[in-house]
Amino acid sequence: MSSPEPLRFRLNGHPVEVACDDPRILLDLLREDMTLTGTKRGCDLGTCGCCTVLLDGRPTLSCLTLARLVEGREVTTIEGISPPNGLTPVQRAFVELGATQCGFCTPGFIVTATALLRDLPHPGRDEIERAVSGNLCRCTGYRKIIEAIETAAREAP
Amino acid sequence: MASSPPPSYRLLGGRIPYVEGPLKVTGRAEYTDDIQRPGMLVGRLLRSPWPHARLTSIDTSAARALPGVFAVLTGEKYPTPFGVLPITHDETAIAVGKARYIGDIIAAVAAADERTAERALELVRVDVEPLPEYSDPRMGVAPVSEPIHARGLLGSNIQKEVVQHFGNVDAAFAQAAHSVRVRGNFAGVTHAFTEPMATIAEATPDGRLTVWSATQVPHYLHRALAEVLGIPMHRIRVIKPEVGGGFGGKSDPLPHEIVCAALSIETGRPVKILFDREDVFYTNHGRHPTQNDVRIALDASGQILAYDIEALIDGGAWSSFGTVTTYYNGVLAMGPYRVPNFRYRGRRVYTTKPPSGAMRAHGGTNIRYSIEVALDMLAERAGLDPFELRRRNALPPNSKTVNEFRITSTSFLPCLAAARAKSGWDAKFRRLPYGRGVGLGCGFYISGSNSPIHFTPKMPQSTVHLKVDMDGGIAVHSMQADIGQGSNTLLAAIVAEVLGVDLDRVHVQRVDSDVSPVDLGSYSSRVTFMMGNAARVAAEELRAKLVAAAASLLERPGDALEVVHERIQDREHPERGVTFLEALHRAMESSGALTASGSYNSPAIGGTFKGARAGTAPAYSFAAYVAEVSVDDETGEYRVAKIWAAFDCGRPLNRLAVEGQIEGSIHMGLGQVMGESMNYRGARLFNPSLLEYKIPMPQQMPEVEILLVGEDDPEGPFGAKEAGEGPLIATLPAIGNALYDAVGVRFTDLPITPDKVVKGVDQRRAEGRPWKGR
Repeated sequence: MSSPEPLRFRLNGHPVEVACDDPRILLDLLREDMTLTGTKRGCDLGTCGCCTVLLDGRPTLSCLTLARLVEGREVTTIEGISPPNGLTPVQRAFVELGATQCGFCTPGFIVTATALLRDLPHPGRDEIERAVSGNLCRCTGYRKIIEAIETAAREAP
Repeated sequence: MASSPPPSYRLLGGRIPYVEGPLKVTGRAEYTDDIQRPGMLVGRLLRSPWPHARLTSIDTSAARALPGVFAVLTGEKYPTPFGVLPITHDETAIAVGKARYIGDIIAAVAAADERTAERALELVRVDVEPLPEYSDPRMGVAPVSEPIHARGLLGSNIQKEVVQHFGNVDAAFAQAAHSVRVRGNFAGVTHAFTEPMATIAEATPDGRLTVWSATQVPHYLHRALAEVLGIPMHRIRVIKPEVGGGFGGKSDPLPHEIVCAALSIETGRPVKILFDREDVFYTNHGRHPTQNDVRIALDASGQILAYDIEALIDGGAWSSFGTVTTYYNGVLAMGPYRVPNFRYRGRRVYTTKPPSGAMRAHGGTNIRYSIEVALDMLAERAGLDPFELRRRNALPPNSKTVNEFRITSTSFLPCLAAARAKSGWDAKFRRLPYGRGVGLGCGFYISGSNSPIHFTPKMPQSTVHLKVDMDGGIAVHSMQADIGQGSNTLLAAIVAEVLGVDLDRVHVQRVDSDVSPVDLGSYSSRVTFMMGNAARVAAEELRAKLVAAAASLLERPGDALEVVHERIQDREHPERGVTFLEALHRAMESSGALTASGSYNSPAIGGTFKGARAGTAPAYSFAAYVAEVSVDDETGEYRVAKIWAAFDCGRPLNRLAVEGQIEGSIHMGLGQVMGESMNYRGARLFNPSLLEYKIPMPQQMPEVEILLVGEDDPEGPFGAKEAGEGPLIATLPAIGNALYDAVGVRFTDLPITPDKVVKGVDQRRAEGRPWKGR
């Protein structure tokens, strides 16, 4: 097999260049090759939202994305969203209001909620529910997640 | 009883965010699949495509010859049977002799990478002789031509039969003023946690084996590894990383965990087995598909005279917790009402389907639905409000049930009162317009199983160790398993509460059998009660050492001192005191780092008849829920608008966690009512994905008003009882009874999907039974 061109894209604000087979899935590339394990593998089928990352700022299921498709684009994972120290307002609200229990779905929710509040700083409950409807949570019953996103939005300027 | 007001606490009883929360929201919490080991191989499992087949030959030579393959295992190498209950060891790590369900493991491979492992599985050649498929428990209640297991009762597929009779049920029914019968049918449901199972095993040249696994019961895994692999427990080290939900699905020692260890032993390399979502569904161990038949007799004054219950439980291919399930489907009917006469016959039958096991509110959910629907019917017959009927029959505090369960604290009556008042019940019940309704459902659950599964002679069910050195950080060790319910946080908070220190001094260590003392893990809603008591004892021992040191510094007797925030001081002269660190350093002068140990063992309770221990618990939770629904009877779609959840968990120690448990339980119960179902065609699971097995979306969640009305339990830590599983139970009948109030149809076949609603309403109209004028 001839080795393909390296894949070049921006990952969490930095340019990266990495060997990548054509069938490589973005989730595998992130978790295994880049050791960014904050992005979670829940189903590999696009049904749970645990693997959500931002692709050019849009929430995207990394388990359904061929890594080659991010050539020249910007990928932001939970690691890229988290500040070097402390937490973002969304993350802080998730902790303080009990919106994370087992935590496995949490990075996906944080990524989705971060994009929502960037585009729509003061969403209504319906808009929040719609935005997170691609993310499954089995622990919380969603109520504290939605409350946390509402709280983070209230604290936004 | 006159008593002083309950004490208040600095931390406990408040809203305590999870100590590991910041790691979880940043993706820094470490789950099993996040761990990499040097030279780690990929383990893969070959699963049976046959529901029942004799394995006549398995040829692994081509798979072994494939470059990059390090080991291929079949069942013969590790044939020792195991299972979570010592009395029903009927599983093997890999199938021996025959495969018993679609998904049964028949070979395993360790290879350098995923693709090679997959290719190797394709090269395993399996010849089989197909055997009869038993997809329905009714097919297995009599002798069958090919029993799924040799241990089936008298040549049948019956795994366990329980027959109990207390009092005289026939005589009670003969004198009943009213009686009803409900035949419930319940599809199997599954846990649907978000983290698929994952295990890493590493056998090392020093003769030891380390296993990291997504398990909620590290200790039982530890035992099963030792038994099957023939390695003494002290040479095995089990580590539990963060676990992405369990709900019972990660409580059995699972075959792949043992296979992973076996592959590592074979290869001398670390091996990881990571499940995909189909693996998770086929492994199942979810709530049993169940048919029950419930008759209840009532006297003219509205007193319950008798229960007569039968249950037929579809076990799937293994025993798992099934013997407990079979008891629970009867005995967990013993509360929250007084039942003077009780008869139960339960049978759990093997089928050639993925095994069922323990799922949140194990054994108490399906039977409770049928009973609560039956009581709703009886209230209507007797002309009593559903609340009033339940009030008249409430188990009193400090009483015994007819099967000798010890009831201590119960705030069931306050639960009823709160749910009735807050829901506006009296203005709504039978008074809302057609298509809208309210319903009441109640619950009762064990706060920890009184009997540990394994220990003979009896050893503590939970032990907690503390160590504090000169840095003033307190290391807490225990094998309690936080799977998201917040037990690490509670453990830290109890220690901090007793010692008067800030929460950030307390560091709960990752579960590691080399250093964590045994706690039996997260099942039977036991952790708060048992670990909490053990932690309190340990922290009090440490506190006594610190107080003695402070006493010597202050030259005052210890009993004149009090522990306050980060300080120990003279009770009468608070200005005379020492800091926590000053006391600590004085105490260390003679002994170095301080240690302390606490443990909990449940009291001797329960009867002496066969099966008397099943369902005994040191305390019980109680619940009364009202659901309000609105139904579109054209489409059959309905919405649960709100649930008022009155719950008695004794004193809630972390309100944030208790609310989270109740809301999450309501979500899970809602799913079982509205649509979750393991769908089978014959023995083939038809919907093994989260796309086709739908858990409720945010839009389907009702508003939830939580009403915590419990009083301090006399034996619970700081007065607490369980809140992890019991809150699920009342959800289902509250909704079922609300649907009746809305459209006049009794639903006894779960899930209640829209087609069943339309059919039910059509049938009611065809029978000429109008409801609320429609």
